[in-house]
Amino acid sequence: MSYYESKDLDRFGEIGQFRGELAEKFFDYYNAVTGEDGALTKREKALIALAVAHAKQCPYCIDAYTTQCLETGANPDEMTEAIHVAAVMEAGMTLVHGVQMHNALRKRGAM
Amino acid sequence: MRLPSFEEKLARHGLDLAPLSIETLQVNVTRLCNQACHHCHVDASPKRTEQMSRGTVDRCLEILERHPAITKLDITGGAPELNPHFDYFVEAARRLNKHVMVRHNLTVTIDGNPQTGESKSYLPEFFARHRVEVISSLPYYQEFFTDKQRGNGVFKKSVESMRMLNEQGYGKPNNGEGGVLTLNLVYNPVGAFLPASQESLERQFKKELEAKFGVVFNNLFTITNMPINRFKKDLERLGAYDEYMTRLVNAFNPSAARGVMCRSLISVGYDGHLYDCDFNQMLDLNLPEESGRTIFDFDLDRLLNRKIIFGQHCYGCAAGAGSSCGGATAKE
Repeated sequence: MSYYESKDLDRFGEIGQFRGELAEKFFDYYNAVTGEDGALTKREKALIALAVAHAKQCPYCIDAYTTQCLETGANPDEMTEAIHVAAVMEAGMTLVHGVQMHNALRKRGAM
Repeated sequence: MRLPSFEEKLARHGLDLAPLSIETLQVNVTRLCNQACHHCHVDASPKRTEQMSRGTVDRCLEILERHPAITKLDITGGAPELNPHFDYFVEAARRLNKHVMVRHNLTVTIDGNPQTGESKSYLPEFFARHRVEVISSLPYYQEFFTDKQRGNGVFKKSVESMRMLNEQGYGKPNNGEGGVLTLNLVYNPVGAFLPASQESLERQFKKELEAKFGVVFNNLFTITNMPINRFKKDLERLGAYDEYMTRLVNAFNPSAARGVMCRSLISVGYDGHLYDCDFNQMLDLNLPEESGRTIFDFDLDRLLNRKIIFGQHCYGCAAGAGSSCGGATAKE
């Protein structure tokens, strides 16, 4: 048995077993954001969610949003490009901290 | 977890799905096909030999002539054009002034008959001359998904065939003379998931196919993959059958259930046997004696009073926005 079981995602609602009113607010918010076309289509939102799922490395979300992307008509090219966006953002966020390194180097007279 | 039977689900929602009419005679004339698609509920392939005989075709025509209420003939297969009596069937049904729909896989025009090598390149002109409504599967507007489901090279051949249909005037809003020559596309998911919304997919398909390949069509129908035969085996191989069935059951939509196609059509097998739909036909769920087992026992009143045979696969037609040979049947 692995630590993450995909069927456990179906039990997400259990979070409402205690302080149910907070879970209700969360799920209402969640459904309002992801469940309908708005300024962004459901398909575009699913691709964003898939990218975030990879950046945060959530197996439940990767599973769920792969299906959601397919069920909103997205294709593997678009899905792969979305996770490249997540990957390149992560890389950029690491690299841009090189400026901090330069600041530290300068402070020490090493640059 | 035990899933409720389809009939239990209907009862729970207070639904009684009795036949409403028989507007369409859907005739499966052959299991022979030039393709062998992953999802095919018919298990059609270039090796199949089942063919409807001329006598059974004639009986179908007799039923169409005798019943003005049956306004549509929907010819399917396999690749129906590979039945030796196909052209005769279409011509005769059009002379009866019936609306004729052909479930045309596009590639047969290019491939021809896989068993005899006979060319089928005349089909686009033949369809146009008889003003046939052409309904063609294209699982996606890109090569990857299409070839994965339908075989290598299918996407390119499908586009070439669509171009030939477009040259005959198919797929355009108005071809200038005598109304529209209709080319409808059918989308079904490449794997174990439900179709996207018909409206949004149609928009994407139209935009991409016209921009990238210069081909046009009229409407897109979304169809849910039925968990039977070849697709069921695929699901079992992937260990995804239970999950897919649960998905269909959870997506049950009473409004889609009310619109199921078996309430307004009768399906005829290559050997003349009668069924509630093409899926029941492939599961050998033949109509009982009291409804009339074959086209030779056809009796409209008895058929309208029959009890439709339901099974777990019927969840496929009632899930989400619904699914039928004419696409979605309900708003989600």
